[in-house]
Amino acid sequence: MRKGATWAGLALLLAVLAAAPLYVSPYVLGLLVGIAGYVTLATAWAMFSGPTRYVSLATVAFFGIGAYTVAVLSETLPYPLVLLVAALIGLAVALVVGLSTLRLAGVYFVIFTFGLAELVRQLVTWYEINVTGTLGRYIFLPLGPEHIYWQLLALAAFTLSLSWWVSRSRIGLALKVIGDDEVVAAHSGINLTRTKLMLFAASSVIITLVGAIQAPRWTYVEPAIVFNPTLSFLTLIMALLGGATRLWGPALGAIPLFLLFEWLAANFPNHYSILLGLLFILIVFVLPNGVLAFAEKLWGGNAGKVAAATRGTPPS
Amino acid sequence: MTNFSRRRVLRTLCMTATLLAVGAGGSALAQDRTSVKIGYAVSKTGPNAGGAGITTIPNYVLWVKEVNDAGGLEMPDGKRLPIELVEYDDRSSAEEVVRAVERLATQDKVDFMLPPWGTGFNLAVAPLFDRFGYPQLAVSAVTDKAPEFVKRWPKSFWLLGGGHDYTEALASLLAKARDDGTINDKISMISVADGFGIDLVTAARPSFEKAGFNVVYDVTYPAGTTDFSPMISEASSNGADTFVAFSYPPDTFAMTQQAQVAKFNPKVLYLGVGVGFPAYGAANGENATGVMSLGGIDPNNEANAAYRKRHEEVTGQAPDLWGSVVTYSSLQMLQEAIKRKGLDRDAVSAELSNGTFETALGEVKLEDNQLRKLWLGGQWQNGQFVAVAPADREGAAAPVLPKAPWKAQ
Amino acid sequence: MLATALITGLVLGGTYALVAMGLTLQYGISRIMNLAYGETVIAASFGAYLLNNAIGINPLLGLALIVPLGFVFGYLVYGLMLRPLVARSRDAASLEINSILATFGLLFVIQGVMLVAFGTNFTSYSYMNFGVNVLGANIAANRLLAFVLAVAIGGGLYLLLTRTRWGTALRAVAVSPSSAALVGIDADRAARFAFALGSALAAAGGVIVSMYQTFTATSGVIFTMKALIVVIMGGVGNLLGALSAGLILGLVETFVATYLDPGLTLAATYLIFLAILLWRPAGLFGRAR
Repeated sequence: MRKGATWAGLALLLAVLAAAPLYVSPYVLGLLVGIAGYVTLATAWAMFSGPTRYVSLATVAFFGIGAYTVAVLSETLPYPLVLLVAALIGLAVALVVGLSTLRLAGVYFVIFTFGLAELVRQLVTWYEINVTGTLGRYIFLPLGPEHIYWQLLALAAFTLSLSWWVSRSRIGLALKVIGDDEVVAAHSGINLTRTKLMLFAASSVIITLVGAIQAPRWTYVEPAIVFNPTLSFLTLIMALLGGATRLWGPALGAIPLFLLFEWLAANFPNHYSILLGLLFILIVFVLPNGVLAFAEKLWGGNAGKVAAATRGTPPS
Repeated sequence: MTNFSRRRVLRTLCMTATLLAVGAGGSALAQDRTSVKIGYAVSKTGPNAGGAGITTIPNYVLWVKEVNDAGGLEMPDGKRLPIELVEYDDRSSAEEVVRAVERLATQDKVDFMLPPWGTGFNLAVAPLFDRFGYPQLAVSAVTDKAPEFVKRWPKSFWLLGGGHDYTEALASLLAKARDDGTINDKISMISVADGFGIDLVTAARPSFEKAGFNVVYDVTYPAGTTDFSPMISEASSNGADTFVAFSYPPDTFAMTQQAQVAKFNPKVLYLGVGVGFPAYGAANGENATGVMSLGGIDPNNEANAAYRKRHEEVTGQAPDLWGSVVTYSSLQMLQEAIKRKGLDRDAVSAELSNGTFETALGEVKLEDNQLRKLWLGGQWQNGQFVAVAPADREGAAAPVLPKAPWKAQ
Repeated sequence: MLATALITGLVLGGTYALVAMGLTLQYGISRIMNLAYGETVIAASFGAYLLNNAIGINPLLGLALIVPLGFVFGYLVYGLMLRPLVARSRDAASLEINSILATFGLLFVIQGVMLVAFGTNFTSYSYMNFGVNVLGANIAANRLLAFVLAVAIGGGLYLLLTRTRWGTALRAVAVSPSSAALVGIDADRAARFAFALGSALAAAGGVIVSMYQTFTATSGVIFTMKALIVVIMGGVGNLLGALSAGLILGLVETFVATYLDPGLTLAATYLIFLAILLWRPAGLFGRAR
């Protein structure tokens, strides 16, 4: 009964959001594009990194690959095919990167993925200069902000559903065991390699698609723009702030943070950095368990206590 | 304490949401308006802040202050309306600059928008300026594709020329020096692997070849390189008299220092963005003399001298000697066009395309929405970065070649 | 040619190692992943620039003033901001997340203050910019100084950490703060001291770097990232590791630029970094945890 209501509510929410371009101003639509993008990025990121605790900074590598694929192919292939090719390239790279998780863990994995993103950027730059003889490509696709928004919204809904399905399936359980203790996981008959690889690939392909979908918005694409490492950090920060181990955590980290950035940048363009930094430190101190946990506590009742209890993962 | 802070955070977040949801109402009617709304989004933080902070932002600040000190923008009927400024920080992100421009156009409903900094960002916002009907006076964008862009976006204006213009001017200057017997026909050339460097180096290859030069060393280095000694060492041993670097400011500063250390004394030393910064002259003193680059000024041009003086008074820093004066002049053109045509954006755009304007650059008339009368090459002489190319333009100084060897500091 | 490339590469590597050493102390001993590290470096660079240009105190003398300031700054940051987080965190993983989030905020605060104070301009001055002949290679004196300092600090601190009682205590805290407390070591004091020392080293790096490198208020991130690469490649908390990793990166960069293609220098350094990690998953000198 309650379940049905939840489903109906979610479907209604999706419908309301999908109709947004019909009733909001272009600026709000722009905001929604940004929010949908980051919600998808953070949720996809957390799908792998949350339960396994492999913190990845390779986000922008996949995002950039997606954007660049569109820039390279937008004139030669029909758009849906371009997206497909982008996803396939993302998948191939993800499988190679995913293999590194067999050897690396902790902070070594974090910085490994960062180095990897930079390597991809350097190689793309080098290739463009030496093989194509130019840097910077133009994307002239007839896509307005509403088209980009709808695509991102669909992808966000898909990502959340996938994340929900994973958390309920055997894979999700396996991942949690991996995050808690890899040795135990291996002993309990979990195929570590396959499980980790599958999830990392799924997460990376989604991130690649976000890049591919957003790229037509900028007209001009060059490595410095699409491989901007800030994106990896923002995604990570949003997911961690919201709570990376829960379905709605990353989304609830992404939305308020995104709006906060926007509000600060618009109202205090000259003191943006200082205020943002101070707010950030404040948030870390007053919301020790992430936004979602805070919200649950605030709304009180048993839901919060149950969530807090199930949250208590044993220390690694 | 904790509770109080928590509530504050929550309240802030709620406020944010409400503010964003409600937004600003409609704009005032034209008749009873008391101000002109002008907006811009520019990189105040992030990797692009260094460039924006010298060529773009100070000129926006200076211009707005001057206009408002004079009582505001003059309208065709002689009435003056003060500028109401809306500014955003795009945080050096393409997605942010796109959204900020959407916000300026549709939420703040500004009367005119000033462009962001950088080639990539100007291109990113060009479709939006076009869709919302705003003229775009793009300055900090060096592109050879300007004629194409003007066709695509008829209200876009490209004021800093293309890579081709600069390399042709350099090639003809070098060809003259070679024909005079000052330098040989070999060139070493390095470039930064970023939009600017690649645009210029791609234009430079045919320019040099056509002028009969032999490029003996031609490499590209990644942005962020700090040590240039391997490249300098290669260039100092290959017999080329000319060293050309299409570089970014940190690289330009570093190369100048490292060339001194290596006692690398090419007869022509041409470096990229940064040579025209006043800080370059300050950091290198005597040793700046003879270094060449893009841009330059005519030190005897009074309008320009007056502009530089005001710039320093108002913003506390001297302008750079390439893009700054063009940025400022583009604002003067906008101001004059508004004076002639009022706040009708279509009429102002047409006026910018066809009118003739008196600016800090002298008299300006655009050709096919582009500024073609530019200083394309300059050289530090007697503590000033003077224009030396095109040589046939009035006010050009004669280049002093070969460049004197470095002095020990 | 080969000797020149070798020496230039070593000196360049020394400059990388110098900037990374403070971070390896902060992360290795105090267990704080300090994302605001590069901002400390840049703040010191601005300090050196101001002293040199406004008051006429040369950067070498400036070191005597700025390095202690860096120490005090680190001491205060740890005491005021990070200690409560350390106390609150249940385990290493949650401390990592908390310190990343908090120092991410600190990064913006320091950067914002510098933006307001100094604007966004490229800052550069010239000091000790003359050539020194080292075995036939012509090296800039300011870079040579960075190299010498890197080796001296790296070697000196390594000896202190391995040969003295005090160093043993610090290492004990690095391995296990809770067990260190059992044998009478004040873990909190040790961690705070190591963090402050790391800040002092960052400040020293900033002063030296400012002599030859152009910087802006927003370029701290670049230093943090380079330092992180060096620290991880060397093995967390290992000073000799950081030193060797820095030197390797410098050598790779110079050799690729000299013999292959300057366009591939950064690609090559990242490639070497990734390859070394795959070969030694806890860094060159690290032990698997």
